[in-house]
Amino acid sequence: MLKRIRFLWIAALLAMLLPAVTKAELVIEITGGAEAAVPVAVVPFSWGGSGNPPEDVARIISDNLTRTGQFQSLPRSEFIETPTQQSEVRFANWRALGVDNLIVGQVEPDGDRFRVRFELLDVFTGSRMTGRSFRVGRDALRTVSHVMSDEIYEALLGRPGAFNTRIAYVAMQDRGGERQWRLIIADADSHDPQTILTSSEPLMSPAWSPDGSQLAYVSFENRRSEIYVQDIASGERERVASGEGINSSPAWSPDGRRLAVTLSRGGQTDIYVLDVASGDMQRVTDHHSIDTEPTWAPDGRMIYFTSDRAGNPQIFRVGANGGVPQRVTFEGSYNASPSISPDGRRLAMVHRTDAGFRIAVMELNDNGGSVRVISRGSQDESPSFAPNGAMVLYATRANGRAVIGTASLFGEARQVMSTEGERIREPAWSP
Amino acid sequence: MVAVTRPECLSLTLEETMSGNRLLRWVLVGSLALFLAGCATPGDEERVEDRPDRELTEDEMRAIDRERAAEARGVEGRRLVEGDELDALLDDPDSPISQRTVYFAFDSSEVRERDVSILEAHAAFLADHPDQRITVEGHTDERGAPEYNLALGERRAEAVKRALVLYGASADQIRVTSYGEEKPVELGSDEQAWSQNRRAELIYVYR
Repeated sequence: MLKRIRFLWIAALLAMLLPAVTKAELVIEITGGAEAAVPVAVVPFSWGGSGNPPEDVARIISDNLTRTGQFQSLPRSEFIETPTQQSEVRFANWRALGVDNLIVGQVEPDGDRFRVRFELLDVFTGSRMTGRSFRVGRDALRTVSHVMSDEIYEALLGRPGAFNTRIAYVAMQDRGGERQWRLIIADADSHDPQTILTSSEPLMSPAWSPDGSQLAYVSFENRRSEIYVQDIASGERERVASGEGINSSPAWSPDGRRLAVTLSRGGQTDIYVLDVASGDMQRVTDHHSIDTEPTWAPDGRMIYFTSDRAGNPQIFRVGANGGVPQRVTFEGSYNASPSISPDGRRLAMVHRTDAGFRIAVMELNDNGGSVRVISRGSQDESPSFAPNGAMVLYATRANGRAVIGTASLFGEARQVMSTEGERIREPAWSP
Repeated sequence: MVAVTRPECLSLTLEETMSGNRLLRWVLVGSLALFLAGCATPGDEERVEDRPDRELTEDEMRAIDRERAAEARGVEGRRLVEGDELDALLDDPDSPISQRTVYFAFDSSEVRERDVSILEAHAAFLADHPDQRITVEGHTDERGAPEYNLALGERRAEAVKRALVLYGASADQIRVTSYGEEKPVELGSDEQAWSQNRRAELIYVYR
């Protein structure tokens, strides 16, 4: 009898864990200026169909570029003309407005699909820097806008963009007296949020696999912290760590075969490496202090982590097979949650300042680089680098609400994304 | 109350080792003996070897202590309380186990002096009811890194477990778990809310 009740309980819980789709759209607010940014103008794309265009493609591109802090987009109200291809542009007008680069384009219906064209123009020389044409379905119009943004970004700055990527985060809300946690993935500009897991117990620490097809995360569905790996497309999930004590903080190795994790055995919290296929668990640190939040260097040889072995939380690094940990941060009394830039040259972290917990970035050079604070909140946490290393995604507060934000490593651009009635936490940027 | 002083005894002997080499061997022997004897006063050193208790393990000695303590309190020998009877005990404000939450300072896992009596009461209850099981849940406030806070929550729960064992409960009666900052009781972002969230909760399993 007891067994049957337990079975029904598990079945009910599983039903609640089934993937669902959320309708709430995130609201984007951009704060902070962009002093040293490249001045650009994205002219509204012409629309060859009837009624309103299905997407404001130029707006998506303009918002993307502005969010990086590396571009300043001229407001539409200041436009003198609205050309849609190179031959229509009177470059003197745009030079007078102080614009360096101009983006023009068209959207036209093409059967049940759409033809989208764009051109990136150099205002000083009047020449075309790049351009392309796409034929896509209605669903892919936002995606193609991100692809165009990536091409513009790379043509102007010489490094890849990160617009056509996704983010994962945990949302918590109270529904009819019940608290609910959801694991959500969305486009990098926070559009199209999809819930991939719902639970009546906490979820935390989503981590993308290097190929972007799986998420590892921590679930308390069995009233303790356990690590799961979920295939995003199929929704299939597997529990990979559930021993006595804490099982948490999963981080994928660059080859996608191993997970660095935090386990506590007999009350001692250490870093371990789990071989996902075989289930083999290898200890990496062994210290009575708290060792947690492992993250891999891009070469896969070192693991960065947080430890309070020095009396307060600081970042350390250790060989992926173990060894003697080396202290990395020395400035300040609280440095935690390391995220390493994809080129391995920078460390983003939570850094306690006189104004509270903020996101800071440190150069990882031999001289012990200086610490630069890039966020402006008092409870900022969970930094995660964009795959091109140009922005950091983090959890923050806006008007008392838990929201997520991005901060540029260049310039002062910061953006906040939120949904009504939800606490959004623990964001992670996809590869 | 027994044996709360063990760490202090050891630190005392460590200080003595600083004073000179001649003393060192004696102090090492003495500190080992003190450890085995459950940290008696320094004057007991010579008699340590003669003590009949020395072959008993620490756990066995504690079990004997618990039995004696239970006898002294005149308990009827009930090993477990459950169902409505347990609910009544948990809800009765005059019951020794009605208070089941203790609080902590920021980034600390030290049990506060004012919470000791609460834990003593639970330890006594557990000692009197050897089949009773509890879970100690550790929690933190929302500030700082969530994963670090998960570990800090466990450290708090472990500290409570150690205190309960010290005051007479058996280690195998107590399960420890941590929710870190994930389950706040107060959703606000001020010291009032934070102080309520930095806590360990004693959960009676049959509740």
